[in-house]
Amino acid sequence: MHNLLTRFDLAKNIVYIAFFIAIIFFAITLGDRFYSITNILNITRQTAMISIMAVTMTFVISTGQIDLSIGSIAALASLIVALMLQSTENIALSVFVGLGFGMVTGALNGILITALGVPAFLVTLGMMGIIKGLAMWITATTAIPIRVDDYNTIFGLGTVFGIPILFVWTLVALAIGLFVMNYTTFGKKALAVGGNEVAARYSGVNVRNIKIIAMTMSGFTAAFAGILYSGRMQAGRFTFGEGDELTVIAAVILGGTSLFGGTANVFGAVVGSLLIGIINNGLILGGLTVSQQMMVRGVIVILATALGTRGRFFRKKTPS
Amino acid sequence: MGQPAATQPVLQLEGVSKSFGGVKALHDMHFDLRKGEVHALVGGNGAGKSTLMKILNGVYQRDSGTIRINGQVANIQTPNDAMANGVRMVFQELSLIPTLTVMENVFLNHEEVNWRFLLDKKAMVRRTRELLEELGIDLDPNQKVSTLSVGYCQLVEIAKSLSVQASILIMDEPTASLTAAETTLLFNIIELLKAKGVSIIYISHRMKEIFEIADRITVLKDGRWVLTEKTADLDLGRVIDGMIGKAVEKAFEWKDRAKPVIDEPILEVRGLSQDDMVRDVSFDLKKGEVLGIAGLMGSGRTELLEALFGLRRISAGSIRVRGKDTSISGISDALANKIALVPEDRRRSGLILIHSVRDNAALPVLSRLSRLGVLDKPRISGMVTANIRDLAIKAGSASRLVSLLSGGNQQKVVIAKWLNTAPDILLLDEPTAGVDVGSKGEIIDFIRSFTATGKSVILVSSEIAELLAVSDRILVLNEGRITRELMREAISTEEEIQFAIQK
Repeated sequence: MHNLLTRFDLAKNIVYIAFFIAIIFFAITLGDRFYSITNILNITRQTAMISIMAVTMTFVISTGQIDLSIGSIAALASLIVALMLQSTENIALSVFVGLGFGMVTGALNGILITALGVPAFLVTLGMMGIIKGLAMWITATTAIPIRVDDYNTIFGLGTVFGIPILFVWTLVALAIGLFVMNYTTFGKKALAVGGNEVAARYSGVNVRNIKIIAMTMSGFTAAFAGILYSGRMQAGRFTFGEGDELTVIAAVILGGTSLFGGTANVFGAVVGSLLIGIINNGLILGGLTVSQQMMVRGVIVILATALGTRGRFFRKKTPS
Repeated sequence: MGQPAATQPVLQLEGVSKSFGGVKALHDMHFDLRKGEVHALVGGNGAGKSTLMKILNGVYQRDSGTIRINGQVANIQTPNDAMANGVRMVFQELSLIPTLTVMENVFLNHEEVNWRFLLDKKAMVRRTRELLEELGIDLDPNQKVSTLSVGYCQLVEIAKSLSVQASILIMDEPTASLTAAETTLLFNIIELLKAKGVSIIYISHRMKEIFEIADRITVLKDGRWVLTEKTADLDLGRVIDGMIGKAVEKAFEWKDRAKPVIDEPILEVRGLSQDDMVRDVSFDLKKGEVLGIAGLMGSGRTELLEALFGLRRISAGSIRVRGKDTSISGISDALANKIALVPEDRRRSGLILIHSVRDNAALPVLSRLSRLGVLDKPRISGMVTANIRDLAIKAGSASRLVSLLSGGNQQKVVIAKWLNTAPDILLLDEPTAGVDVGSKGEIIDFIRSFTATGKSVILVSSEIAELLAVSDRILVLNEGRITRELMREAISTEEEIQFAIQK
């Protein structure tokens, strides 16, 4: 009765299948240009920011919300930290202020969503514009170089036992995300809010707080991603994180989290992000032009999510 | 009242039967409808009214029997077949699209077009206006449905069903959400329709209305036909007798309490009002007591429970719990006072259908079963395993999604969820609605064993037999007010309460 085939949940596992198919495909077609250690480590560096933001975006989406402002929060955070470092050279203080900015912005998103009843899509779309404009304005669109070497090592260029520090940060974010989602009351309540907001409210869950906390977490990691961008590039710049919101959302959905809320797969989201990174990398190595890469990426995202959604339809229907 | 109806039957059902998974929902049903008559269909929950109407409407397919329309055998298999035969249903749950205008809703899916694809708005507005005028409904065809009251939505719904040629109109509890004025308007419309030769099947629990509007009445019980007679030849007593029947199910018999009610109030409600829904309601709930609340839909019974649970703001009155004045302004206040509510609509407000039995049952007590926000998973699993055992929830495993459980088992999960908060006062709103007979009996037994431990229950139910089976006392609610209070010993028959709730 419960054989492997009927129990296999395609929606939740499509990302792993796609991940291995992509690796095998590029390994065969590109050979060691693709699977060399240097290239693999490079992929983990390139995808770190997306992966980290995907962890918290999983929380945001599982509560039935969305956050489009992460890309611009990352940009402004990189500038804030760069400016702070320029004047104080104090790493701890600069990072603290940068992360604080992200949290406050995220909390503000959450408060606006819950207090005004405006959909998260619109609030964060507006916030995206405001923050981006602010980032361009305070620096007159110029880059701010960072000359604090320790900072650049910790948040971008360093390695730990040969592993890029950016990948270490990814693993830290993944571990925290997995723990919070699966082992804390907050994770369960977040899923409840996304699964059925009315039932969650009837059960005494403070729906408002849960939503605000999820948005605050998202703002926090967006700022952290901005810090990692600035460490890697040794500068703050308003273009960092541009378009990341869509890549992050794609990674989360590819990872098996439902766009309608109530389900979450933190691990899948990070694998989804790596998958997108691998595809980008493979296409570049394969010599495709930027325009061709964009098209192929688009096709893959639609295909993978479509397969995932189909999987959901195959599941047993709810009895009425 | 109705004018003499023509004798030609527009609809005849003969020997119609229907089973669901071995359970017979309809036995050998017969029914006929004459041209231009209003024929009321009455019966308790599970009597088979909605099954019969769904067969007529093509939502369900009959297992056996024949349907004749205007003397011709009609094979209705799909809603489209029903429509082609002139059968239209006015849905209880409104099927209008709020963001569209009245006209757009009326013509949805059969728009009038020029050149095969260009919408002929002018013609549609004109026809909608004619239709509304004909029905005496004062509405602008271009008004958005979202701006209309529920009552007007219902009227638009009727207009919509008449925009295509309908000879048979089915109305399911059409007045449940209407104000008195809107009900009068609806009845005028029904008279107009009758005059035009439209035949109407009218389903309602409100006897007063039925006796006012129906030409004939058919009573169903447990999927069987009981009687069909002219309204003029019937009285309320005979209709209620027919609905209740002689045999009462075993589970629904009163059993003497294992422990007597303790003569000490745990909850004292004084002069409670909630807008216009609950008006000046006062009562005491004693320790170990089951207090039944009887009343029709819209009588304020749900609103009363929701006010006690902090879901609705009280506009006047006071609540004392365990002898202390208490303000319950939110769910957290209710939970702190050890009050829990099993809500009326378990799918909408009771459960998270896409989550497991375990996650649902643990949801209200997550904070208690954690340390510094970290879940104590073994304790949660232990608690839910105990829930499954104690309430005999047939789920297979605690990880099973509740959407895959039967109605009865879903309801037990909702009850388990609230039992886990260790309530002293359990508010149950229609706990056996849409639940199979076996689970119903189990839920009734659960209420008995729960109150045997000195805890209290307020039970709202449309099934009087069920109220009689467990209630120590029954309050009758009518238009938000308590109109009667009956001690269990003083109630001789179910009829007495049926009469009381009909006023």
